[in-house]
Amino acid sequence: MRLGKINPKKLWVPGATFVVLALLATLPLYASTYSVILLTSILMFVILALSWALFSAPTGYISLAPAAFFGVGIYTSAILGKQLPFPLVVSLGGLISFCLALLVGALTLRLRGIYFAMFTFGLVELIKHFWLWYEIQFTGTRGRFVVVVPHNTIYLAMFAVFVLLLLTTYLVRRSRLGLALRSIGECEEAAAHIGVNVNALKTVMFAVSAIFMGAAGSIIATRWTYVDPYIAFNPLYSFMAVLMALFGGLGHPYGPILGAAIFAYLEELLITRFPYYYMLIFGVVLIITVLYLPEGLIGLIGKIWRRVRGGHYAAA
Amino acid sequence: MLEIRDLNAFYGKLQVLWNVSLQVREGEIVAIVGSNGAGKTTLLHSILGLVRPASGSVTFLGRRIDGLPSYAIAEMGVTVVPEGGRVFPEMSVRENLEMGAYPHRAWERRKEALKYVYQLFPRLKERERQLARTLSGGERQMLAIGRALMSRPKLCLFDEPSYGLAPVMVKEIFEIIQKIREQGVTVLLVEQNVRRALEIADRAYVLENGRICMEGECAELLESDHIKKAYLGM
Repeated sequence: MRLGKINPKKLWVPGATFVVLALLATLPLYASTYSVILLTSILMFVILALSWALFSAPTGYISLAPAAFFGVGIYTSAILGKQLPFPLVVSLGGLISFCLALLVGALTLRLRGIYFAMFTFGLVELIKHFWLWYEIQFTGTRGRFVVVVPHNTIYLAMFAVFVLLLLTTYLVRRSRLGLALRSIGECEEAAAHIGVNVNALKTVMFAVSAIFMGAAGSIIATRWTYVDPYIAFNPLYSFMAVLMALFGGLGHPYGPILGAAIFAYLEELLITRFPYYYMLIFGVVLIITVLYLPEGLIGLIGKIWRRVRGGHYAAA
Repeated sequence: MLEIRDLNAFYGKLQVLWNVSLQVREGEIVAIVGSNGAGKTTLLHSILGLVRPASGSVTFLGRRIDGLPSYAIAEMGVTVVPEGGRVFPEMSVRENLEMGAYPHRAWERRKEALKYVYQLFPRLKERERQLARTLSGGERQMLAIGRALMSRPKLCLFDEPSYGLAPVMVKEIFEIIQKIREQGVTVLLVEQNVRRALEIADRAYVLENGRICMEGECAELLESDHIKKAYLGM
C-alpha cells in the first residue's frame, strides 16, 4: 500500500470508530452509573450479535447456539468466580466455550441448512436439562450465587471483549481465511475444489466465535448475582443475537453492531414503558425488517447514501 | 502424470464405474467423452477426492491420491473448472480469482498469477469489481477458468466446459484450453460435445455405461465407424 496520498474521505470511518471507542473506554470517568450499566447490556448484545455474525454471516450457517456458549460462560463464572481472579474467569469462560464449540462443530458442521440450525437449537436445551439434572443430583440446589464485581469493572471487561472481537472480525475479513469463509457460504463444493479444508475451517471459526459469547456470559453473570439453568441457557439469547444481526444487516460488521445497539436500547426503553407489549413491538419490527429490509439497516443506509450522492441506484 | 487403474466406483448401491483405467501424460490434452450418465462426472470426482472409489487406484505424479481429502489434492496441483463454472456469485470477479489462489503454494504469488489471468482474459480485467452473478454465461466460464489457473495447476480438469454456451463462446473456450496447454498445463477434458473435444485433444477415452469402450489418438477415433454413428450423427 502507498502511504503519503491519503484520501480524507476514506479516513472518516476509521476516524469515527476511533473516537467512539475512545469515548466508550473512558465512559466510567464521566457518565452516570445508570449509563454504565445500560451500556454494559448494550455491549453484551453487540458482542453476541457480532460474534454470531463472525461465523454465520460469511458461511450462511445459521447457528442457534449462542445461548449455549453464553450459558457456559455464565456457569464458568458461577462455579469458579469465588476461587479465581475475574480476568482469569472471563478467559476461562471463553476457552471452555471454544472447546465445546470445537467438539460440537466437528460433529455437526457437516449438516446443512435447517438441520444445522435445529441441532444448534437443540444443543441449548440439551445442556440446560443436563445441567439441571446435574445440579439437582449432585449439589441438591437448582441455582447458584455469583460473586459480585463492581459495575465499572464489569463494563470495562465487556468493553475489552468487544474491542478484541472487533479486531478479530476486522482481521478475519481482510484475510485469506475471510475470503475462504465467504466462498463456503456461496458454494461449498467449489470451495472444496479450490483447496479449502471446508470442515476444518468451519469448525475453527465456529469455535472462535464461541469464545466471545462465553466471555460475555462470564462477565454478565457477575451482575446477575443469582443464576440457574433456566436463566443461563435461555434460548432467547440465541434468537436475539440472530435477530439483532439480521436487523442491522450482515453485509458489513457495522450492521450487527448497529442492530444490536438499537435493539438493546429499545429493549431498555420499551421494557420500562410498555412492559407487557415490548416483545410484541419487537415482533413487528422483525417482520418489517424481513419483508422490507432484506439487507438490514446497513443496506438501507447504503441505499440512501448512494441516492444522496446521486450515484447509480441499487438494483431493487 | 495421472494414472487410473481398475477403478470401480459406486453411487449409493449402483455401480457407476467398472474397471476404468486411463493415463494422462505431461503436456497432453486428453478427452473423456461419452453421453449423459456414462459416469464422466463420477470419474472426475474420484480424481478430485469427492468420491471414494470402492477399488482401484488413482496416482498423480507417482503418489496415490485416492482417499486423500480434496483440499490435499488441490494443494498438489490438481484443479478443476466445474460444470457450469460454479463461480461465487456474490463475490467480485477479483475476489473470485484471488480465491483461486487459495492453496499455500499459490497464495504468495497471486499478484503475478492475477496479471497472467487478466492478460489471458482482458474482459475479466474490465469487470474486475463487478459481482460474478452479473456476468454473462461465457464470462462466468472464463472466470471459472481464470480461477482454476490462479492456483498454478499442473493438471487442470474441465467438466463440460461447453455446456450451455453459445457456439461462438464454445469456440473461444476451446481455443483457450489449447492456449493453456501451450503454457505447460496438462489438461483432462470431459465433454459431451464429442466432435469439438476430439478436434482439440491428443488422445481420448470413450466412456459408455461406466466402462471405457474405446481409446486412442483422436485422429483415429474421428475416423471410426462407431464414433461417427453414435456421437457425430454421420
